[in-house]
Amino acid sequence: MSSAPPPVRKVRGRSLGKIVGVGDFDGVRLHVVTGKGGTGKTTVAAALALALAARGRRALLLEVEGRQGIAQLFDSPPLPYEERKVAVAPAGGDVYALAVDPESALLEYLEMFAKIRHNGVAARSLRRLGAVDFATTIAPGMRDVLLTGKAMEATNRRDRGRHLYDAVVMDAPPTGRITRFLNVNTEVAGLAKMGPIRSQADRVMRLIGSPQTAVHIVTLLEEMPVQETVDGVAELEAAGLQVGSVIVNMVRDPLLPAADIAAVARGEVDSDAIRAGLKSADLDVPVELVDVLIAESVDHARRVELESQEREELIELGRPTYELPLLADEIDLGSLYNLAELLCEQGVG
Amino acid sequence: MTVPSSSSRRTAPRRLDVDAMLDRETVLVCCGSGGVGKTTTAAALALRAAERGRKVVVLTIDPARRLAQSMGLTMLDNTPRPVAGLDASAGGELQAMMLDMKRTFDEIVLAHTDAVRAEQILSNPFYQSLSSSFAGTQEYMAMEKLGQLRSTGDWDLIVVDTPPSRSALDFLDAPERLGTFLDGRLIRVLLAPAKAGGKAYLKVVTAGVGMVTNVLTRIIGAQVLRDLQTFVAALETMFGGFRERADATYRLLKAPGTAFVVVAAPEPDALREASYFVERLADDEMPLAGLVVNRVHRSAAASLTAERSLVAAETLEERAEAPLAAAVLRVHSDRVRLGSREQRLEERFTSAHPRVPVVEVAALAGDVHDLDGLRAVGHDLAAASAAGAPGRVAAAG
Repeated sequence: MSSAPPPVRKVRGRSLGKIVGVGDFDGVRLHVVTGKGGTGKTTVAAALALALAARGRRALLLEVEGRQGIAQLFDSPPLPYEERKVAVAPAGGDVYALAVDPESALLEYLEMFAKIRHNGVAARSLRRLGAVDFATTIAPGMRDVLLTGKAMEATNRRDRGRHLYDAVVMDAPPTGRITRFLNVNTEVAGLAKMGPIRSQADRVMRLIGSPQTAVHIVTLLEEMPVQETVDGVAELEAAGLQVGSVIVNMVRDPLLPAADIAAVARGEVDSDAIRAGLKSADLDVPVELVDVLIAESVDHARRVELESQEREELIELGRPTYELPLLADEIDLGSLYNLAELLCEQGVG
Repeated sequence: MTVPSSSSRRTAPRRLDVDAMLDRETVLVCCGSGGVGKTTTAAALALRAAERGRKVVVLTIDPARRLAQSMGLTMLDNTPRPVAGLDASAGGELQAMMLDMKRTFDEIVLAHTDAVRAEQILSNPFYQSLSSSFAGTQEYMAMEKLGQLRSTGDWDLIVVDTPPSRSALDFLDAPERLGTFLDGRLIRVLLAPAKAGGKAYLKVVTAGVGMVTNVLTRIIGAQVLRDLQTFVAALETMFGGFRERADATYRLLKAPGTAFVVVAAPEPDALREASYFVERLADDEMPLAGLVVNRVHRSAAASLTAERSLVAAETLEERAEAPLAAAVLRVHSDRVRLGSREQRLEERFTSAHPRVPVVEVAALAGDVHDLDGLRAVGHDLAAASAAGAPGRVAAAG
């Protein structure tokens, strides 16, 4: 772990959508983080856990896709099936992490609900027969019930009458699969009209469909991730699930003066003036190079314009929207604190 | 003065000769983690091959809406459709299709069993759930569809996009996982009652099987177990066919004429996944064509370093002079910094896999959603592989 977190980079003053004061998610205990592949969903989930653990609270970060992405982020060895403290949050709080693997979750489920000891004869012969494999990778819906069931258990767990975790953050499957993943009830309904799986699915659904659960969608200011976000919000709502916020990741600073963006995007740049400007800063460069530099700025301006169109679309969703900057270097623990701090400033936790 | 590029490559990777690959291969499988432009790459490769005169079909999994529309993919009907707007002057042809996972699965069932049993299977709740949500069904069905397209003999080249798997490895494992499932002892236990004829089985099966059935009932419930048993019994007749097809597809992937193209973005996660994939392909002796690194930021003016550019920008800003020139310098500095970060990441990959040919595609200002855009990507792929890195303009001063 690195020592003191680096100084916080101020987020630009572009507030988006409705940003409600401090603690936008008071009352929410299970935070589900989804997003299209490549949007930095795991990083954002980790930053969110740090933000929600700030000031003496305790958060649990759950991983369900077996990638050990959390261990990599926190620079720790692969996580076992055991809640481990991975970081201390800003102003003294604790972040625990757990990689939920379906097999362990199944054995735990058996122990809790079928009174089958995880190291007993029955569990062993089930494993030998491939039943565990079957139930966790092949039996449809079962796997999701086990994974969401574990999140529910952690969310509801109490210690001396109080919730053990103030918040549980789940690094969930991507947007394209999230509704199906969370909507375990519908998933198993065709299979099990009654019985233990059905009861477990019902219990999970009571939490996931309640105001205690919010789904946050991570996106970039690019066409496909924004489209998936818009579709995802519609799907989640249709399934009766609560959409929490939209988190725009890897936002880049516009480097050109706002007033010049439109003209530059159209390629209207006075190259003689630019060259003269460069010269007065002691950069005497050939015309071709000035043209390359201008072409780069035209590219940049076009991207800024596209990004503001995408931003408009996100605003129309009417959700609390947060922005996180693109970091120049690779994500490390220091930058996670940085991102967590930015989330706090924008009203999370 | 010509300033040499500050970050010259330590290990010069081999370049992937894209045009030669497009002219030679019969199956191209594009794989990589989600969000790296895999579908776009597959479509661009297919278009280029077709415009070079080949008869090509591209199988996409989940294309972005506008890209799908531009290729005429408005219906999910599991049948290749001609792509309008193709330049067919070289005598080529391009068709595109989107994978319909459930329908592909239904077709296999129908092809491998009689009508009565097929009906039993198709209406079983287990089948309905399995065929639309089984982890790995999409991967398996993509491979199945590839096998089908191949067996028609209609195509010079089949380009396959792969599902955005949780892990890129899922997709290679799908046939094997299915095989393990079908051969598993659990299946035999589930089949025991059907084989022994209804309830009579209780008397003949071993205590071990009885216990397992008992435990399964407690875990999944009696009704689910019954549905599952019916489903498995109905499926049993087609096990042989399933297995055979899975094996045939796996062999097809290894056969000469097939090549894998690993797609990545110059980001740590995507390149890490690409590394895993390259290693996994090697383990399975699958033919790897090379790595496509999408959305790379290179500057043709990299001789003007990020540092000098920034210093000049600051000088202008301090003097409150030429604000646009200062901004242009900042844009450049940023781009060079981003480019060298990407290059460092890519070098990490190439030093771990020095023999994997690599080709870079420059980042575009916007997304690709028409044939012209795909053509430009295809051109970029081929040009980058022929000429190497983009030309650099020297800075004087």
